[in-house]
Amino acid sequence: MPESSLDKDICSSSECRTPPLRQFSQSSLPLHRKSYMLSTFCTEQNVQECQSHINQEVSSLGLQPVWTESGSSSEMNVVAVLNCMYDLIQMHRRGLRSLENMEVEQLKSSGNVDYLQLTSTRLKEQLELSKRENTGLLERERQLQLKVKSLQNCLKNEKEEVQKLQNIIASRASQYNHEMKRKEREFNKLKERLNQLLIDKKEKKQAIDVLNNIGRADGKRSLWKTEKTEAKHEAEMYKALLSDYDTRQRELLLENAELNKVLQQMKKDMVSILSSKKPILKGDKYQDDGAQADSEDEEEVFDSSKESVELYCVHAREKLTNSIRLQWRRLKSHVERLDSQASLAQMGGSRNNDAVSQETHKEEMDRLKLEIQQCKDFIQTQQQLLQQQLSSPCDEETASLLSDCYMLQEKERLGDEWKTLEEQRTIFERERRNFTEAAIRLSHERKAFEEDRATWLKHQFLNLSPFPDSKKPPMSKSKSAFLISETKASATSAPEKLIRCPSGTNLPTPGCVPHTSSTADLYRTLCLIPENGATKPKRKSDHAEESGVFFNGKAPVRHKQWNDSEEHSSHTKEQNSSI
Amino acid sequence: MNFSEVFKQSNQLCKVSPDGKYLATCVQYRLVVRDMSTLQILQLYTCLDQISHMDWSSDSLFILCAMYKRGLVQVWSLEQPDWHCKIDEGSIGLLSSRWSPDGRHILNTTEFHLRITVWSLCTKAVSYIKYPKACQKGIDFSRDGCYMALAERRDCKDYVSVFVCDDWHLLRHFETETQDLGGLEWSPNGCVLAVWDSCLEYKVLLYSLDGRLLSTYSAYEWSLGVKTVTWSPSSQFLAIGSYDEKVRVLNHITWKKITQFEHPATINNTKAVVYKEVERRPAVGADDLSLHNITIGTTLFNTQSKYEICPPPVQIPVVKPDPDRANPKIGVSTLAFSSDSRYLATKNDNMASVVWVWDMQNMSLEAVLEQCSAVRCFQWDPRRPRLALCTGNSKLYLWSPAGCVSVEVPTEGGFQVQSLNWHCSGDSLILLVSKYHLLGTKCVQKHYFKTL
Repeated sequence: MPESSLDKDICSSSECRTPPLRQFSQSSLPLHRKSYMLSTFCTEQNVQECQSHINQEVSSLGLQPVWTESGSSSEMNVVAVLNCMYDLIQMHRRGLRSLENMEVEQLKSSGNVDYLQLTSTRLKEQLELSKRENTGLLERERQLQLKVKSLQNCLKNEKEEVQKLQNIIASRASQYNHEMKRKEREFNKLKERLNQLLIDKKEKKQAIDVLNNIGRADGKRSLWKTEKTEAKHEAEMYKALLSDYDTRQRELLLENAELNKVLQQMKKDMVSILSSKKPILKGDKYQDDGAQADSEDEEEVFDSSKESVELYCVHAREKLTNSIRLQWRRLKSHVERLDSQASLAQMGGSRNNDAVSQETHKEEMDRLKLEIQQCKDFIQTQQQLLQQQLSSPCDEETASLLSDCYMLQEKERLGDEWKTLEEQRTIFERERRNFTEAAIRLSHERKAFEEDRATWLKHQFLNLSPFPDSKKPPMSKSKSAFLISETKASATSAPEKLIRCPSGTNLPTPGCVPHTSSTADLYRTLCLIPENGATKPKRKSDHAEESGVFFNGKAPVRHKQWNDSEEHSSHTKEQNSSI
Repeated sequence: MNFSEVFKQSNQLCKVSPDGKYLATCVQYRLVVRDMSTLQILQLYTCLDQISHMDWSSDSLFILCAMYKRGLVQVWSLEQPDWHCKIDEGSIGLLSSRWSPDGRHILNTTEFHLRITVWSLCTKAVSYIKYPKACQKGIDFSRDGCYMALAERRDCKDYVSVFVCDDWHLLRHFETETQDLGGLEWSPNGCVLAVWDSCLEYKVLLYSLDGRLLSTYSAYEWSLGVKTVTWSPSSQFLAIGSYDEKVRVLNHITWKKITQFEHPATINNTKAVVYKEVERRPAVGADDLSLHNITIGTTLFNTQSKYEICPPPVQIPVVKPDPDRANPKIGVSTLAFSSDSRYLATKNDNMASVVWVWDMQNMSLEAVLEQCSAVRCFQWDPRRPRLALCTGNSKLYLWSPAGCVSVEVPTEGGFQVQSLNWHCSGDSLILLVSKYHLLGTKCVQKHYFKTL
């Protein structure tokens, strides 16, 4: 698709491009031709004609004629010709520019056309699709309708079935009831017969055999059945019923009284709320309903409250309920109005309201501040009281508890401190490591320096000696041997090397000293540090002074201290390992 | 909790006297009376045949022993051991026997509900009441013992007769608007009589003592209706359990439904506590499961159990009843109010292993006890809101608002608790264990709650 469109674009653009070109060529063709045939266009013979022709052409283009023919002489007005030419060139340029613009526009429009064509095809496709969908949906709807119809038929059938079944059930039930009744009658007949038979038989077997009669539970003698007893029973029954109703009524009265109380309370509250609200909303209220109604209402309320003494009177109750209802309605409308007002205020947000609200806000704020202050005071007094309580050992348990609390706090604080200490320790460790590394580096450098010095001294010495060349080989040999031993030693323990290297190199090595003695000396210095302890620090300080060349100010002193500390640490390490 | 030793009994006949001092048990044809505190035998009576029913008189002075097969009733006195009384119903047969509330009359229902014979122990007088109706609960005495209501059936119509128990004077006789009266029950204050239709129709009628119809209640039609009806001890509520697995509670002023308690299979109520019994069987090896071990070893069945509280929603096991059989096992069949009318315990028959406890103050579900096996019997403590139940295993379960506990009954030979009865003081329980054995337990309330 895009390729084809591109092709189209190209061809269309080429198509578009051709017409202006053609126009141009058409318009320019005569000129061209004329320019080509300039040789033939203007000859000596037809100068006049050419002039007139060009003049015509120029005038037709709306330019100043090149020359005036006033003068018989065919002298060309050069200025006019130049002007004319300039104008022509300008026109030409303008023409070209407009051509370009038009081409661009053409391109644009062709692009637009393509896009529109594309969209139209797409829309057509969509239309097709939706049409297809539509038909599908229609088909489905038809099917569903068919289904609905069938289901409706089914439902109807089912309903009929249900009706039929119900009828069957009803008929069966009636049949069953009938049968039951028949059976029961038969049963009763049988029972009667049995009863009759039993009575007829005068059965002796049915009897009671009691050793001696026992008295009644209440100790009274049984009474003859008379009308009096019957009346007594009735009376007792009604008495029982009455007492039951009595108790129930009493309960209800109690409940009623309570509810009445609640109602009264509610009414009072409502009245108070409404009366407090009235002065504010009087204007509204008068607008809503007349002043008369208002006063009437108030009177009614007053009346009912007066009459509340006679609580159980029907009249009073009606009045009470009515007044309550009225008040309730009023309260409801009032609340609704308030609601609507609130919503209005929210929507409109009038400035007056805002000012009022700000004022109230201020008041509220002041009030709250006061409250906060009070609360603070309260808390302070509480704290004081608490402290007093704490100071006075009021309760062992609480005291122990409190002490526990304090201990816990203390523990926590200690733990925190411990943690910070640990952190500091780790930091120190790191720093120390850094410094030891620095010291190692330093010692290396010093060693190099020392070697340099030694060689220099040696050279000096050898130069001074009578055999400057003969002693050289052993010297170098000894040095190399010494180096080997040193590396061996270094392999054993790194920290010791620190001390050893400078000491080794620092030995006053005159060339005559054999290398064995030098190593022995070295070992002595190594192993018998405590023996040479007095000398060592001095030497060290020397080194420090020497190395002070590299450092400035206090650095050398510090360096020495570190060395000491390191030595110490190494000692402790050894001890640790031995332990 | 202390348990007594196991005593023999037969036909599950074991009753504490109304004053709580004596315990009477029947073993075959012997009646044994024990002192409740010491459990020592006080009296031993021998009847003429195997005893099929036994009951105490209201003053705890006499015991009635009925032998239905022989149509005989024998009465024994505690005060006078040699006093005796024998009532013979003869060839007419005996179906049931009971004391009148005064303890001086015996009401015998003859076979086929032909009549009710009233025997007086004071005068040896006999009186007959004809046409008693054979139904779920056709006879009821008011709590104060003044009145007796009797359902009657004459000419295919239901009637209720109200008698004065003092001298069996017929006080009222009225027809009820029932198809087939199912039962009747006095309110505890004795002023209202609740009458309900058989299960074919949902209908509850409320009659005043003087026979006026106070109200009629029907929840629905065309379906199996009322299964059981119970008054609250305060006479304030009437709870109706029905086949639709619901309990409806009527109030005593308007006799309208206050609330209805449903028994859903899934409990979503977040306020109710659901206790689920969890059994832990001791690990048994495969070789232990041999026949030999099962027949001998009882330890195999001694499983420990405890309650776990399940967070909602809780799914309750439901057994679908067979719709083709009569008396389907569905619906609320058992209702019991606690003595203070605060709680109502219910059991829905198709959720046989679950007991529901409802709070009557908030009218809401308070607790659900889901047992491992079907609940056989539950009963409230007559003094405190405390529910005891048994499920036919060797455990006793107790619920109170504070919690729920299961107690292993120390029996030898894996006896199973079939039913239970509270002593009227609420201090002890009588457990009836199977294989004709009886076990009295004594649990001291304070001790129990401390250990809880």
